[in-house]
Amino acid sequence: MSGFGNALSSSIGKKFIMGITGLFLVLFLVVHCFINALIFFNDGGLTFNIGAHFMASNWIIRAGEIVLFIGLLAHIFQALRLTLQNQKARPVKYAVNNGKANSKWYSRSMGLLGTLLLIFLIVHLSNFWVVSRFTGIPTVDANGHEDLYAVMRETFKNPLIVLLYTLAMISLCYHLLHGFASAFQTLGWNHTKYNGIIKGAGVWYSIIISVLFAAMPIAVHFGLIK
Amino acid sequence: MSTGNMNLTLKVWRQKNNKTKGALVDYKLADISPDMSFLEMFDVLNEQLINKGEEPVVFDHDCREGICGMCSMFINGRPHGPKDLVTTCQLHMRSFKDGDTITVEPWRAAAFPVVKDLTVDRSAFDRVIAAGGFISVNTGNAQDANNLPIPKKQADAAFEAAACIGCGACVATCKNASAMLFVSAKISQLALLPQGQPERYRRVQSMVAQMDAEGFGNCTNTGACEAECPKGISLENIARMNRDFATAKFISEEEV
Repeated sequence: MSGFGNALSSSIGKKFIMGITGLFLVLFLVVHCFINALIFFNDGGLTFNIGAHFMASNWIIRAGEIVLFIGLLAHIFQALRLTLQNQKARPVKYAVNNGKANSKWYSRSMGLLGTLLLIFLIVHLSNFWVVSRFTGIPTVDANGHEDLYAVMRETFKNPLIVLLYTLAMISLCYHLLHGFASAFQTLGWNHTKYNGIIKGAGVWYSIIISVLFAAMPIAVHFGLIK
Repeated sequence: MSTGNMNLTLKVWRQKNNKTKGALVDYKLADISPDMSFLEMFDVLNEQLINKGEEPVVFDHDCREGICGMCSMFINGRPHGPKDLVTTCQLHMRSFKDGDTITVEPWRAAAFPVVKDLTVDRSAFDRVIAAGGFISVNTGNAQDANNLPIPKKQADAAFEAAACIGCGACVATCKNASAMLFVSAKISQLALLPQGQPERYRRVQSMVAQMDAEGFGNCTNTGACEAECPKGISLENIARMNRDFATAKFISEEEV
């Protein structure tokens, strides 16, 4: 067991944790995004509320939620540890550093993008997760399910919230644009026959997920859906 | 050396030793030829400084042919200057314009302490190599060249990894001062060949442990190292090292 501890505390081992938790969060976003996209059925949230009810009542999903929080916290804490170490690795900064000559700005700004996402997450969890799990959803829909869609409509009346969500989804897009392919590289899953697929899938994934997510508050706020 | 017509302003990092703080100092240079190499331009500067009775700028250089890996200047925010796939000694003044201001700094990393001015101590790399960047064989008669068949693709990949000259540009340009490209090249050149197999998983563990002990940062896959490497060492080597490290730590029973 000391072997595994030793492996995970090495520089590469810490990155394995970042990569694995990152890919886990990537999978989570797929589920989250496509269940939320049920609002686009444009039936006043009836289908969406069925999805939300299933997610809230299924015990496997609830257990998964705990794993999700552990994964998220591991991703955040590991990122903090790595960032602090990286800063120590260059105590004197360059007077002139032309980073854009050799790398993408978002690959160098994962910490900043991640911090913006964390701020968003705190607002987001208090908007929806706290309401649906703890304080309770006040109304029920025509099917007798808790009307989470009504909470959504209420929340997205506030233009500042819509703006915050949209900006956060831009951060998410860039965070994923680097993170998706980077996780594969960190885990050593690099192969000439698959590299193109991984890169392409990463770009499409990042764009589709963030555009779909950003479309939700915008569509609700401007009344584009019922 | 023919004189030319370029006038330049240099901002050069001057630092007495590792214990003192350094600073950028401005120097004006006139009549520089565009055909000079960057280091020859520094030779001109140093002659001027010596003639004025000042301390010349200390910088590393050796072969001046782009193969030894000694030169190590961070020029206008990039290691080895603005051109791809060249070392500082192979950079020429024609890559700059008359009237340019050029900032020259040493490699900056905790693991590469400044010795003086633009010279840094890169012996951390030597210690990483000493930790496992070798194969253990008995001396004696050389084997027949084709005793061990090696697929061409494999041999080429090993050769490309072995092109690393250990200059440290990867560490210098990495936002985290990570040495992953260097270490992965030195691991890959052996991991790809049959001679490297007996010690393959021991090697990756020892060399990564030494890399961490030297205080290099962690890789964030920005790809800056690959873009700035004068020898074009590929990021594939880092993936291979990560893969070997995972195999060594989670599958092999040999713990180092």
